Amino acid sequence: MNTPIASIGIGTVMLAILKREIALGMRQKGEVLTPLVFFVVVASLFPLGVGAETNLLLRMAPGVLWVSALLAAMLSLQRMFSTDYADGSLEQMVLSSTPLGLLVLSKALAHFLLSGLPLVLVAPVLGLQFGLDSRAMGILVLTLLLGTPTLSLIGSIGAALTLGVRGAGVLLSLLILPLYIPVLIFGAGAVEADAAGLGIGGHLSLLAALLVLSLFFSPLATAAALRISLE
Amino acid sequence: MNLREIHWFKFASPQNFYFLAGKMWPWFAALATVLMLVGLWISFFVAPIDAQQGQGYRIIFVHVPASQMSMFIYLVMAGWAGFGLAFNTRLSGMMASALAPTGALFAFLSLITGSLWGKPMWGAWWVWDARLTSELILLFLYLGFLALQASIDDPRRADKACAVLALVGAVNVPIIYFSVKWWNTLHQGASVSMKGSAMAAPMLAGMLVMVFAFWMYTIAIALLRVRSIILDRERHTEWVKHAVE
Repeated sequence: MNTPIASIGIGTVMLAILKREIALGMRQKGEVLTPLVFFVVVASLFPLGVGAETNLLLRMAPGVLWVSALLAAMLSLQRMFSTDYADGSLEQMVLSSTPLGLLVLSKALAHFLLSGLPLVLVAPVLGLQFGLDSRAMGILVLTLLLGTPTLSLIGSIGAALTLGVRGAGVLLSLLILPLYIPVLIFGAGAVEADAAGLGIGGHLSLLAALLVLSLFFSPLATAAALRISLE
Repeated sequence: MNLREIHWFKFASPQNFYFLAGKMWPWFAALATVLMLVGLWISFFVAPIDAQQGQGYRIIFVHVPASQMSMFIYLVMAGWAGFGLAFNTRLSGMMASALAPTGALFAFLSLITGSLWGKPMWGAWWVWDARLTSELILLFLYLGFLALQASIDDPRRADKACAVLALVGAVNVPIIYFSVKWWNTLHQGASVSMKGSAMAAPMLAGMLVMVFAFWMYTIAIALLRVRSIILDRERHTEWVKHAVE
């Protein structure tokens, strides 16, 4: 029995996982849409809570939209590994010859495409409600675009750590939200810095730096956490 | 086998360490008590009244050591966690989980004393200053560690998962600190630095003695707690049955 082992390139495997995740997401539209609706609802609650004064809302808008985006991105994190864990395909991924970190990377990328990117696309509509002008809106979208992939990457560590654990949902937010703080500060800070006449170059560079850093480290940490969870 | 060879890893075994810790903790506890008494005496009776802050500044003798310990314990905890992941030693994870509650306690204590100090000096219980905020976030990181530890039943898995979390947290602590610092700062600058100190000598002495007292307290309590953890995890073994008798 000398069956030749077909060698599949790493890129092919990563692309296959990406396609699979997106196909799964598209079939269960509720899972993609619910965080999006949550984002809109939470952001709309703030004017009701603090009053509809235009100046106040305008000042709060970047922070409110960013915090809502953080919470919405977290809603769908728990699903990143749990269904694969339940049906056993996660175990196959851990056993496969492709480095686990790279598989995790494509899962995080899929999470960004399914939950982060829709938030970025909806944000301008909410920005209009808060009375942001087009320049501020552009900066907000740019920071969200740079920041949400980082959220998916850092979040994947928490999702892997809390896999199959009691009360995973609340625990996940307790573990991950403190780690999201730098992204929040520079993301929301960029819009305010521009309004104050300061440059936004620093903020964008730092957001990009956080992205690069998490792009490198978080798949490693996630892979280690997954191995521990599956022991 | 060479008789002079030292068995460095002898105390990596929980059984051996249990008895070593039992011998060591009373000494550290005694040192902590003595240093604490001396430190409190200096801070209440020897240290002069501050020119600007009056008597109110005396909370510094608890506040500064508590904040220092809360940060330092996180590093030690992450160090043990990393050691446990790298060498797969059981005791490392136990040490990390023995340190976590003390670290969380000091972070909490530092926030409480800080706000008690802040009220008369700044006129507010809480200000969103960089150091306060990062201390609060440090407390959140400790609480996350404790919550993760509590929610995983298998102690070995809990240790390893917490180790990953502690390391991720340790990488993030400086990033969080500098990003919060970017944001705004009201806190007075550090009065003790490598170049020298801006404080009167008795004040500095009192603070240093208190720092050492907190150190000794931490070591004693961590050893005591690790002893209970060892007993709990090894309760099915023969030696524990004899040790408890």
